[in-house]
Amino acid sequence: MAQRSIGIFRGTREEWRIREFLVEVDQGMVVLDVVHRIQATQAPDLACRWNCKAGKCGSCSAEINGHPKLMCMTRMSDYPEDHPITITPMRAFPVIKDLVTNVSRGYEINQRLPFFQPREPDFPDGSWRMYQYEVERAQEFRKCIECFLCQNVCHVLRTHDKHQEFIGPAFLVRAAVYEMHPLDTADRSAYLRQEGGIGYCNITKCCTEVCPESIHITDNAIIPLKERVADRYYDPLRMLWRFFTGGK
Amino acid sequence: MTDIQRRELDVIVIGAGGAGLRAAIEASAQGAKVGLICKSLLGKAHTVMAEGGAAAALANVRSEDNWRVHFRDTMRGGKMHNNWRMAQIHAQESPDRIIELESWGALFDRTEDGRINQRPFGGHTYARLAHVGDRTGLEMIRVLQDKGVHSGIEVFMECTVISIPTVGGGAAGALAYWRENGRFIFFSSKAVVLATGGIGKAWKITSNSWEYTGDGHALAYEAGAELIDMEFVQFHPTGMVWPPSVRGILVTEGVRGEGGVLRNSEGKRFMFDNVPDMFKGDYAESEAEADRWVTGDRVNNRRPPELLTRDVVARAILAEVQAGRGSPHGGAFLDISTKQSAEYIKKKLPSMYHQFKELAGVDITREAMEVGPTTHYVMGGVKVDAETQESTVPGLFAAGEVAGGMHGANRLGGNSLSDLLVFGRRAGAGAADFAKKNGAAPRVPDAEIEANIAEALAPFDREKGENPFEVQAALQEVMQNEAGIIREEATLKRALAGLEKLKQRAAKVGVTGNREYNPGWNTAIDLKSLLIVSEVVARSGLERTESRGAHSRLDHQASDPKQERMEIAIKKEGSEMQVVRRRQPDLPPDLKKIIEEGA
Repeated sequence: MAQRSIGIFRGTREEWRIREFLVEVDQGMVVLDVVHRIQATQAPDLACRWNCKAGKCGSCSAEINGHPKLMCMTRMSDYPEDHPITITPMRAFPVIKDLVTNVSRGYEINQRLPFFQPREPDFPDGSWRMYQYEVERAQEFRKCIECFLCQNVCHVLRTHDKHQEFIGPAFLVRAAVYEMHPLDTADRSAYLRQEGGIGYCNITKCCTEVCPESIHITDNAIIPLKERVADRYYDPLRMLWRFFTGGK
Repeated sequence: MTDIQRRELDVIVIGAGGAGLRAAIEASAQGAKVGLICKSLLGKAHTVMAEGGAAAALANVRSEDNWRVHFRDTMRGGKMHNNWRMAQIHAQESPDRIIELESWGALFDRTEDGRINQRPFGGHTYARLAHVGDRTGLEMIRVLQDKGVHSGIEVFMECTVISIPTVGGGAAGALAYWRENGRFIFFSSKAVVLATGGIGKAWKITSNSWEYTGDGHALAYEAGAELIDMEFVQFHPTGMVWPPSVRGILVTEGVRGEGGVLRNSEGKRFMFDNVPDMFKGDYAESEAEADRWVTGDRVNNRRPPELLTRDVVARAILAEVQAGRGSPHGGAFLDISTKQSAEYIKKKLPSMYHQFKELAGVDITREAMEVGPTTHYVMGGVKVDAETQESTVPGLFAAGEVAGGMHGANRLGGNSLSDLLVFGRRAGAGAADFAKKNGAAPRVPDAEIEANIAEALAPFDREKGENPFEVQAALQEVMQNEAGIIREEATLKRALAGLEKLKQRAAKVGVTGNREYNPGWNTAIDLKSLLIVSEVVARSGLERTESRGAHSRLDHQASDPKQERMEIAIKKEGSEMQVVRRRQPDLPPDLKKIIEEGA
């Protein structure tokens, strides 16, 4: 057991300060345990989100010494004892209070994203045949726990503030679930190109680096989606065809 | 009247896990205007933590399987205490609910011939659980979430319901507060569906999140509904035990389903010595037979005794620890590294691999895990009609963990996810139908809403009052020590006395700061539900003077045939808890025959 000094962001984006807390840290504790201990003993109104405490719900995202992390999966022992720890909210989102940010934009995007449209069932009982190798591609994207750490580090959102123009890596992953679903028949390229703003992504792979589920966001989701959009809109033959037929 | 927001809807659903989402989707499909209210953000509900799978007799892996076998397994696993009609509906309808989920985009793991794959689990005769690795719950919630938001359901997130007012004995809506700003909102509705999950936060060692404070149970109780079977709380045999900060986090039964074995400190597979009479002959009798089953010959060999029902395995682990044969940190060893390849383990149990690696520094592909019992699930809950899920209060429905009856005295793993789908849908349909048949929602007097708000805000007037987190921790201590896996009259009486004192302390809790996203205040409000459900558990436990399923009495160690299918119900009378014992209806002859003669 050791006493450690932890700095935590308190307040809102307009008015905030880093408040230092001295806390007893027991063996095996994760950062979220420390936040809870501070709540229970020193600052009962310290706001943070959490649910499962096992890396499965994606609620407790924050920045620890500037690095985006799930607090429940980050062990205190990862940080040398003589090293200060500072916890701040995800920077690319508006702060509601303390470590809690407003992530509501994501729910708006998801509602507008064209939904799954399966092909006709293969059998009269309404079922389909799909093989493991077919489902695995989309299953990778379903591992997404909506922690939004990828949105947080995406420079299009974080630095350039294109929240209205670009849906961001998390929702490209969501689009990829359905685009690469063996049964899906919908075409999302118009949505991805216009409203989705997929062209904004310039493949810096920051999102992939921070994904706690190790989803290959850039290589497996975004690049194939970009290729689909390019095929649909920038293929020279298709462009000529559209020019002469006046199609979209 | 205080400045509060008001909304009018046909049906409101409280809780957005599997049951709540499925209920909302159904009610909306039936034409109702639906509001879905949840304590956390959408998609974060406890369902995401479900790992192993959803049980449904699809017969994709074992063609001998059918609803009768599933029904029989469920009833026997529940020690014959289940509401037979619910167990029957569940077994009959769950295959359709799983296929329906696939039509909404679910991507279950596949068999070689391209159908939904199924894995073996405790208490199930055949491989029956449709699954996605060890993250089945996440898949379910995401599919339902996306289906839900594309079905015109209005979602109210981070919004906590604190009362369900009744008018003329019927549910008339719900009063809630927004976590973000602490303001109140009143939902006026023709029907209310409770889908709030469980009560696990009343114990210290638990696999449950902060949300699991028994809100739905308490709301129903306060509204005058009956709670049944509340003595039956499932302690999952395998939670993490080390390091202390992760104690209680769930280790999926899927580890045992994939071949994991339990050993004590002497290296002995103790489950072979713990097969109850009821299941004699159903399980492998030697390690060699169990190994042959794991490596693939499941027709000529019986399953390993590690796959006995959860109540049996949890008690066996506890007994090993008490006999001094536990692991270094007070559990048992769960080992899959000697039974499956590293590659297979990482593929079938990826989040277990990750969880032990990150949180405990243990590589489960090379070494054993240390595991012990953790509070997991409450079989008891709101008494409901099997067909519609309506409670004893008109217009108030319940589905999923908050509803009682389906699982009897012990739930089989995998039956929860299918329960959510089957009865979530039925509750949604029941509520929509109720709303159609009844006119406008009855008007709740302003004074009643005002009084509820005043009660919720009272802790702000006591800035120097008790710390709500301390009261919550004290309550968890009482329930852990006095109403845990093994109880007896003396401990349960001590629990009641302890809770009585805690009620007084809870009445004096104070909070600092303002109403905006204030966990201290939120915890103070949740104490009310925790106290109600804890008392109901202790009173029900005291009343059942036998051991059955998950309810183990040290002073009444045998099951008492006279208490078979005896239901203990608790209801609010004035300000008192009224306990009623009644016999459940007998099984009809055709179902009785399935139980007695096999399916």
